[in-house]
Amino acid sequence: MINLKSTLAATAAVAALSTAASAEDCSIKVGVLHSLSGTMAISETTLKDTMLMLIDQQNAAGGVMGCELEAVVVDPASDWPLFAEKARELLTVHDVDVIFGNWTSVSRKSVLPVIEELNGLLFYPVQYEGEESSKNVFYTGAAPNQQAIPATDYFLEELGVEKFALLGTDYVYPRTTNNILESYLQSKGIAGEDIFVNYTPFGHSDWSKIVADVVALAADGKKVGVISTINGDANIGFYKELAAAGISADDIPVVAFSVGEEELSGLDTSNLVGHLAAWNYFQSAESDANTAFIDAWKTTMGDERVTNDPMEAHYIGFNMWVNAVEAAKTADVDAVRTAMYGQEFPNLTGGTAVMLPNHHLAKPVLIGEIQEDGQFDIISQTTEVPGDAWTDFLPASAVLMSDWKDIGCGMYNTETKSCVQLNSNY
Amino acid sequence: MRISLLAGLMVLLTSLAALAQQASAQTAVDDPAPMQSLLQEQSAVILKSSRKTIAPAIAAIAGSELPQAQAVLQAWQAKALWMRKSDGLFFRGEKLESKSYRLFDFDSGAVIGEFPKSDLKQIKPNSGIRAMIATALVQFQLSDPDPARRHEALLAIERAPAAALLAPLRASIETEPDAGIKARKTRIAQLLTIAHDADEARRVETINAMSGDLGLDVRATLNPLVATQLQAFGGAVPEALNIAREVMPGDDALSRDAAYGLLVGAKLAPPLISKDEIRTTLAGHIEGGKVGGVPIAQLNTDEARARAYAALVAAERAPAQITEAEVTQSLNDHIFAEVYQEPSQAITTAAEAALTSIDTQVAIGQTVDLTLDALSLASIYFLAAIGLAITFGVMGVINMAHGEFIMMGAYTGYVVQQVIPNHTVSILVAVPLAFAVTFAAGVAMERLVIRWLYNRPLETLLATFGISIALQQLAKNIFGTQARPLTAPGWLDGAWIINDVVSISYIRIAIFMLALIFLGVFLFIMRRTRLGLETRAVTQNRAMAGSMGINPERVNMLTFGLGSGIAGIAGVAIGLFAKVTSELGSDYIVQSFMTVVVGGVGNIWGTLAGATMIGFFQKGVEWLNPSNTLAAQTYMILFIIVFIQFRPRGIIALKGRAAGD
Amino acid sequence: MSDTFLKRNPSVLIFLAVLALFVLGVTLLAEGAGAGVISTSFVKTLGKTLCLALIAVAMDLVWGYTGILSLGHFAFFGLGGYMIGMWLMYARTQAIVVSSLAEAPIPATESEIVDAIGNQIFGVVGSREFPLIWMFADSLVLQLVLVVAVPGILALVFGWLAFRSRVTGVYLSILTQAMTLGLALYLFQNDSGLRGNNGLSGLQNLPGLDHVPQATMSIWFFWASAAALALGYLFAAWIVSGKFGSVLRGIRDNEARVRFLGYSVEGYKLFIFTVTAIIAGIAGALYYPQAGIINPAEIAPVASIYLAVWVAIGGRGRLYGAVIGAVFVSLVSSWFTGGQAPDLDLGFYTLKWVDWWLIVLGLSFVLVTLFAPRGIGGLVDLWSERRQPDRHGADLGPGAGALREKEASK
Repeated sequence: MINLKSTLAATAAVAALSTAASAEDCSIKVGVLHSLSGTMAISETTLKDTMLMLIDQQNAAGGVMGCELEAVVVDPASDWPLFAEKARELLTVHDVDVIFGNWTSVSRKSVLPVIEELNGLLFYPVQYEGEESSKNVFYTGAAPNQQAIPATDYFLEELGVEKFALLGTDYVYPRTTNNILESYLQSKGIAGEDIFVNYTPFGHSDWSKIVADVVALAADGKKVGVISTINGDANIGFYKELAAAGISADDIPVVAFSVGEEELSGLDTSNLVGHLAAWNYFQSAESDANTAFIDAWKTTMGDERVTNDPMEAHYIGFNMWVNAVEAAKTADVDAVRTAMYGQEFPNLTGGTAVMLPNHHLAKPVLIGEIQEDGQFDIISQTTEVPGDAWTDFLPASAVLMSDWKDIGCGMYNTETKSCVQLNSNY
Repeated sequence: MRISLLAGLMVLLTSLAALAQQASAQTAVDDPAPMQSLLQEQSAVILKSSRKTIAPAIAAIAGSELPQAQAVLQAWQAKALWMRKSDGLFFRGEKLESKSYRLFDFDSGAVIGEFPKSDLKQIKPNSGIRAMIATALVQFQLSDPDPARRHEALLAIERAPAAALLAPLRASIETEPDAGIKARKTRIAQLLTIAHDADEARRVETINAMSGDLGLDVRATLNPLVATQLQAFGGAVPEALNIAREVMPGDDALSRDAAYGLLVGAKLAPPLISKDEIRTTLAGHIEGGKVGGVPIAQLNTDEARARAYAALVAAERAPAQITEAEVTQSLNDHIFAEVYQEPSQAITTAAEAALTSIDTQVAIGQTVDLTLDALSLASIYFLAAIGLAITFGVMGVINMAHGEFIMMGAYTGYVVQQVIPNHTVSILVAVPLAFAVTFAAGVAMERLVIRWLYNRPLETLLATFGISIALQQLAKNIFGTQARPLTAPGWLDGAWIINDVVSISYIRIAIFMLALIFLGVFLFIMRRTRLGLETRAVTQNRAMAGSMGINPERVNMLTFGLGSGIAGIAGVAIGLFAKVTSELGSDYIVQSFMTVVVGGVGNIWGTLAGATMIGFFQKGVEWLNPSNTLAAQTYMILFIIVFIQFRPRGIIALKGRAAGD
Repeated sequence: MSDTFLKRNPSVLIFLAVLALFVLGVTLLAEGAGAGVISTSFVKTLGKTLCLALIAVAMDLVWGYTGILSLGHFAFFGLGGYMIGMWLMYARTQAIVVSSLAEAPIPATESEIVDAIGNQIFGVVGSREFPLIWMFADSLVLQLVLVVAVPGILALVFGWLAFRSRVTGVYLSILTQAMTLGLALYLFQNDSGLRGNNGLSGLQNLPGLDHVPQATMSIWFFWASAAALALGYLFAAWIVSGKFGSVLRGIRDNEARVRFLGYSVEGYKLFIFTVTAIIAGIAGALYYPQAGIINPAEIAPVASIYLAVWVAIGGRGRLYGAVIGAVFVSLVSSWFTGGQAPDLDLGFYTLKWVDWWLIVLGLSFVLVTLFAPRGIGGLVDLWSERRQPDRHGADLGPGAGALREKEASK
């Protein structure tokens, strides 16, 4: 681990040195705002490394508009107020042209006022709960309709699930997602009493009671399915208990929205074969671009490392930004934003991602079954689904839409035909 | 939903027969590759691979009466069905080295050749389709010579109990050689009888026979029989319906709003007009800055809006609002009743009776299960706290780094597992090694830091906290922040299942046993050994003990080492059950202190009582509020704070001189 | 009175002078009001650091002077932040909602406005209704009262329960730690009505002051924090200088003796516990508008332990020690963890401070406890050549149960 980290640091340092040498008059700065310490470092360090690798590759290919890119990496240390402080530092002290960063929703909400005040540009790579559209943020991760809703459809139609257990960690993403799903399921004719919702704290480890409760749901003869928005470490205890209780994916399938290749690498998956995850990307996707991406990643980071969905989101986001800068012929935020709309870039799963006027991507939805080797077997892949900032399944947001290109408003009420607010709601 | 699922199955099964004839007609043409042509016919749906459209393809293969049908279905189910992209033909594939596959023809069984993966497309049925294939395979597998296949067939029936499977299942019971499988077949046949048999008397009889069976499958069979639907009737309730009970609007079971909503839904009453609708209507009738004679600017109160709306109603430009009296009238005019979906009263009565007797047992079972869970949680708390009971309870040293000793033990287990791949051996090695590592760490800490701070408890607290954050960060630097796997040996996998309600995983039982062993070891050391005697002496009066020839320094060092070593072993156990991260220890530290303080400092029985109380309390709150586990922890802490007010010295307080201050 | 008070405590004047110079310097150099040498984000950091210094002064009162090692004062700090945050969020959202609803054809009713605000604030966490605890959120005055009242009442009730049943020493420490953990876990729940894990955000935008740039706003808050620190310091110095302070120190050194002398020990302890909780609440109310977001992670038990660490490193039992500790440790910490510190190349291994800082901090903490119980403030003694009075048999350090000189020599 130490060796790995120091080699990483060395490559980063070399990259920084080489850019400093050649890009004196035209430097384009890319801020990387991912936690390198604290609880979120597990997930976010990988994204920082991804960004450094992408920037290196771009520089090796001649940079952007002939200028070399310079990465500015800061560490907000999983401390949400610090995210705001570091974002301000990136924008005012380092004068970065774009920021790639954040993982948790709360960190994004912390950064939003700063980015909007200083007119920065943020690419946010993680699946999230939606209900937001900021002028200054491009959401390259999945909105609920690009992950949760298709996965639920899969449960309803392909697996014939009639009773749902929505298990989540107690924070905003599971809360909002489960709210949307509850209302969606009821619109599909699932009765309220057939939806069991449970929230657990971060890092929860005592799952026996909850797993027993889920098993008991099957007592009225309906097929039970679990939709899990359990976050991070808590998944380990949950899956261990699931395996110990001998719950087969054929009896009670579990679909997870926060479990990817990286999370499974901390688990013995032999007892979990057949359980599901829904993402826009799996490492096992077959395409030439993906093979090249995985090869480059393993060469930089080591053979045992895996790729995951937020990495692909950064890959798409970064390349779209590069193309938008070249199209706008400047790294100026407003010009780049205008050039972003309609940007197309091939995603790693074989299709094409398109940036929509609501700052979300159109991406395919993939559903994978966990295999013994910790990878996912893709068993369902949709065509590109356009991301929806405001869900159609909650009454308050069904009337809202986002269109920054023509209407110029991220929270537009289609009933009253007025813009609710220009800033986002944080 | 359930109905559509079953309907799909019925379609599948009934179309079997029809398609069988069609297929056999085709075989008569003497096709050299009948299965391949059959697959080609269904190619489109097979490639689409959706549960909603796949039924005809499965039916066609299963009903083809071809000898290779079973092999095709099994290959398909096992994701071994491949399509050659060049000509669209289907084969069975076997993985070779380096991304290439050997293909076999279904009809002849011959090897077709070896192809790279890029030339082929794997057909991946999802688990919904696999379940349908399994159901179609039942007819082949029920009397298969291989018991594993017969098991699979029974599992398929259990997962999708369709009526059409009853007859073949019954037929296969007679000839079943294996007693265990025979019993299972009989049981499943009984369940199918309850659900689907045409003979009502036989169903009732079977229901009565199974009454009192705790099985989840029995409840899953009986509950749909007593499913009811709430309906509203304008006049008398039709005789033909099987009524469960009548309900009055305003009862607990049915609120007035819900009852009226039901009437509106059934188009038996006009819908209420909501505030939003009033606002929309008003907005639609703005004339010259006024609505119904009321100026717009005044419409920011509900009364003004009501006035304006009334004016619109009077002008017949809006529908009238429904008054409370009209609602009451509508509710009085209708009868509300819960109607069984099952038409036969004899069956619903029998099922209700059977379920009542089962429910009592389920309640008892759940209580037992909850007790087991609580015991398990208590043993985990006890395990985490027992080392602290020595260092804090006996010696009075506040060790904030205690959690990090637990973490060190867990990481020791992880490292050992990297070196020794056999899980059983590695655990056997890890336990003493974890003790040795944390014992050494504890002794080092006592020598270097703590002994200078005896009698300065607050400063001990802060110094050990410093060590705690340093150790935690060190673990992060060495092992990274990602959780590390610590896998239990195979014989600890799974759970001890008493019945479908009461079960507990073996790993939890092992932790419980470990906690008991530790209790014994602790009692033995403290009461029966020289070290225990000396420890108690030094704790009670250091100066006196010193003058009796005991070396207090040595005793303190060993006692502290012992407490730390036990924490290390606890770490291995906790790592097995949860996860190994650098924050493992800090998750348990506050709770561990609580356990010791609540139980009563200086007494191991107190720690045991404290752990038991906290475990049971937490599970109790979880039981009362199953949708929010976080609340349980909050209330637990609140409870502890209040509890300390009434028994500041804990459940079992030391009395007299030993209590000290 | 104040004349003699200041005369007896020359350190107070020195402190105030240093603080005034510091404020003047930062103001002149800052982006908002002057040269722009100091960036807005750093002004915010400095402003926040002053708030931390204020709560450190409170901690010193309760621990360094009275000997109660409270591991829960960050709970009061957080509560103060939450109280002001509720008004900030409510008022900001209200402005947005009112202007948005004004465009509708029919003017909105009161309840429609409140519903819309609720939907904006809680829509993010999947709810729409205002919980009961938000009932005063529309009034700045009431929420400001709550900034003082809520931490004060919580401390009063908790302290009364704890001191009444004679919970002392480490037991009290653990109990206060349990309190802050319990509060944090409670706030983590969405059902608590304070937006759960997300907490309250966007607090840096003062309602109605959208036109004021953050550069100016940061200076305002910096001034307010400095003023609060100055007042808090004066107040604390005044408390500990008189007879009252002597009783407090008496309780710290030997609670039983003070009780036998006829003082109501519980009353003194309860007073100081409550007062410091109120100071902590005020510090929090100034801190979080500068941080921009408050959420339950802020009041995790570890935060309160860090508070004790600052005071210990700065030097217990002297107010300027607490300030020095808080300022020094928090600024140095953020310098090291911010990645600005250069890596140390040891030849065989490159020491990255981001990874190793916490270890250094932890160990330095052990060393301070063992070898320099007087902390950084002890350096002042060296410089002023002040000697510890030769009190035979006196406690070696502050805190109940400290070794006596004679015992230690064995």
